Amino acid sequence: MDHDTQQRNPFIFTFPEPLPLTEFISRISELSSSGYSPLGFFGTPEREILCLMGKAQHVPILLRTAFPAGHCYPSLSVTIPAFHIFERELWEEHGITPEGHPWLKPLRYPAGSPTKMESYPFFSSPSQALHEVGVGPVHAGVIEPGHFRFICQGESIQHLEIQLGYQHRGLAKLMANGDLRSKINLSEAIAGDSAIGHGLAYCIATEALCGAEAGSALKTPRRLALELERIAMHLADLSALAGDIAYLSGQNFFAALRTTIINSSLAICGSRFGKRWLCPGGINYGLNKEQNKTLRTTLLTAEKQIELSAKAMFSSSGVLNRFDSTGCISRKTAQELNMTGITAKAAGLQVDVRADFPAFEEGIFQAEILASGDVYARAYLRYKEIRQSLQMIDFWLSTLPDVKAAAVPLAKPRPNLLALSLVEGWRGRIAHIVKTDQKGNTEFYRIIDPSLHNWFALALAVRNEGISDFPLCNKSFDLSYCGHDL
Amino acid sequence: MILNLFFMLVIPLLFVGIINKTKAIWAGRKGPSLLQPLFTFLKLLHKQEIHSLSSGHIFRWAPSLALTAVFFAALFVPFGSRQACFGFKGDFFLVMSLLALAKAVLVLAAMDTGSSFEGMGASREISFTAFLEPAFLLIIGSLAYAGGLERIGQLFYRHTVNIYNEWSVIIAVMTALALFIMLLVEGARVPFDDPATHLELTMIHEVMVLDTSGPNLALVHYASALKMQIYASLISYFLIPEGMGTLGITLVFLLGSFSLAVLAGLVESLMPRFRISRNLELVIIPLSVALLVLAALIVHNMGGF
Repeated sequence: MDHDTQQRNPFIFTFPEPLPLTEFISRISELSSSGYSPLGFFGTPEREILCLMGKAQHVPILLRTAFPAGHCYPSLSVTIPAFHIFERELWEEHGITPEGHPWLKPLRYPAGSPTKMESYPFFSSPSQALHEVGVGPVHAGVIEPGHFRFICQGESIQHLEIQLGYQHRGLAKLMANGDLRSKINLSEAIAGDSAIGHGLAYCIATEALCGAEAGSALKTPRRLALELERIAMHLADLSALAGDIAYLSGQNFFAALRTTIINSSLAICGSRFGKRWLCPGGINYGLNKEQNKTLRTTLLTAEKQIELSAKAMFSSSGVLNRFDSTGCISRKTAQELNMTGITAKAAGLQVDVRADFPAFEEGIFQAEILASGDVYARAYLRYKEIRQSLQMIDFWLSTLPDVKAAAVPLAKPRPNLLALSLVEGWRGRIAHIVKTDQKGNTEFYRIIDPSLHNWFALALAVRNEGISDFPLCNKSFDLSYCGHDL
Repeated sequence: MILNLFFMLVIPLLFVGIINKTKAIWAGRKGPSLLQPLFTFLKLLHKQEIHSLSSGHIFRWAPSLALTAVFFAALFVPFGSRQACFGFKGDFFLVMSLLALAKAVLVLAAMDTGSSFEGMGASREISFTAFLEPAFLLIIGSLAYAGGLERIGQLFYRHTVNIYNEWSVIIAVMTALALFIMLLVEGARVPFDDPATHLELTMIHEVMVLDTSGPNLALVHYASALKMQIYASLISYFLIPEGMGTLGITLVFLLGSFSLAVLAGLVESLMPRFRISRNLELVIIPLSVALLVLAALIVHNMGGF
């Protein structure tokens, strides 16, 4: 792999010539109208704006322009809503104003920002018929901090504003400081529930920059880890969804099954969340014949139990009464907001990195989708994905030879390259974008968690729903606070 | 009298304990001890109270007043012996008013905190009551119509189920059903409310006492358990045949109450919660059943068809 570009995930780009601003914008509009959606759009320390546009089965396109004169430019969100969150981020981080942006406000208050919570521009209404309900940032139970502000008419939600940023840890900077090859532990902590998803995205980006590739024997264990995480988290979500509607059987059965799955991960790598399983260049823990057999029997037993529990849950009229037609997202909204993952697929949008940007030489992968876009679709799709992943794992295990822990040694990252790695985590598309400078040090590291786009969809999904159904909708999205805040 | 008081103090919290135990066993867990609600009650009594800055004096004395009212109402209901502690003809009006008073002060206290959650809970709680109170009045009124203007305890005690008379059975089953639904609503149980949830936005009763802490919280817990037990007592007195010995009455009472607790636990294990928007439609059920009870009583009094 000596050439400087790589045409498949993880993608490697050399920097293209910077475009003048007008051409930059017209190129984006052009790509957008031909089916491309933004994978990343951000300002760099070199005072440039980069934009990555992606389309299924196509190599993403990297565009580059210098910071506009006067620090303002006509907002892209007006015509392409998918950019609205990126433009808010750009405005917050670099003070570049997208003129005409429909709702310009801070995204996550990075360190050093002068903006104060007291002056946060919350949307409000002077109407006497409406009342505001503020929830958080400190919530009951052990969940992450985030502030939700509802404007309600009686029991019905007219508007929800979600304000996050309480978890901002400066992760992107931490990832960029020091040797890129030593960041596996940090990358696993980007969102603790997607340790493997983010860990894998980091690993393949790093390997691509270092010009190495994990041996083909190690690819299957990696995909297996990713699917195992998906199964475990989907089961946790099904359990929590049942808990939110006080359906005790579902809550207990799925929680118990999740334990079975994460204990399998514990047996392989010593961590229930799969931490330290992967490492850049390979894997830290292998899978011998014995473990292979145990895992296979465990998963087969679990599959039967999952089948029975899901059958009971999705045929209960009480459950359907709560799930059906609650918190609907239309396919159009999903597309406009650039949504990814389970929530987009439940609305009928065919987006899945495993099919669109395959990182492994996998066979033809067909993502499961559902059309209704309500809580029921998001719950049922989780069950379908669990089944799909279990079948894939079973197939891999049946052909997998004895795998030993192994890692190819990584040379220093190659200079002046940009790597884009995409991974379909259980929550959706995870994108890591790494750029090296002339000496091969990391110039910047961007992380784009699926939650970044999907949080806004939650706010739209609960409009005109009862406020008491909000927790259910929220759980059906199950978005990450720390993945958003970084 | 002593027996009544003893059961009034112990049974309500045990009732909650049995519900929780049933749920735990259904879920395949060992679950907390049956006496856990009692332990929690005693623990809370020792705790310090925290008052939010926005709350006034109503918030501070409302729980005591609510408990006094419920307790006073419970004195008119027999708990394990033939007679209630007190009673006079037509006392059910007083009992109902006392229960309403208890609810009113708790709602006022919830609104006193100025929290948007608690206001929401108060509005939900009151909207249920609007349908439950007429149902309760109608049932008691029907029984009084049949048995004469009697004490509340005697009304149920007199209406022993006569299994050889189909109308007697129909009346008993329907009254018990209506009272059981009321028990679930008033006790804030699934499928109307979820006492186990941590989600403020979905709560009804729990959210009203979100700011209450320490001894006041203990009083609120006990008052709400006692209220459930009042309904459970009334239902179990249906099953006691007239002229049964004192020991027999106590046994039937205990057995009846505990089976109702298990039944409530099973309902919680098997049913998901209703949508809050649909709750109101379902709270009307006791009212309709109460009307049927009245109709059945009229037919019964006229000697059946």
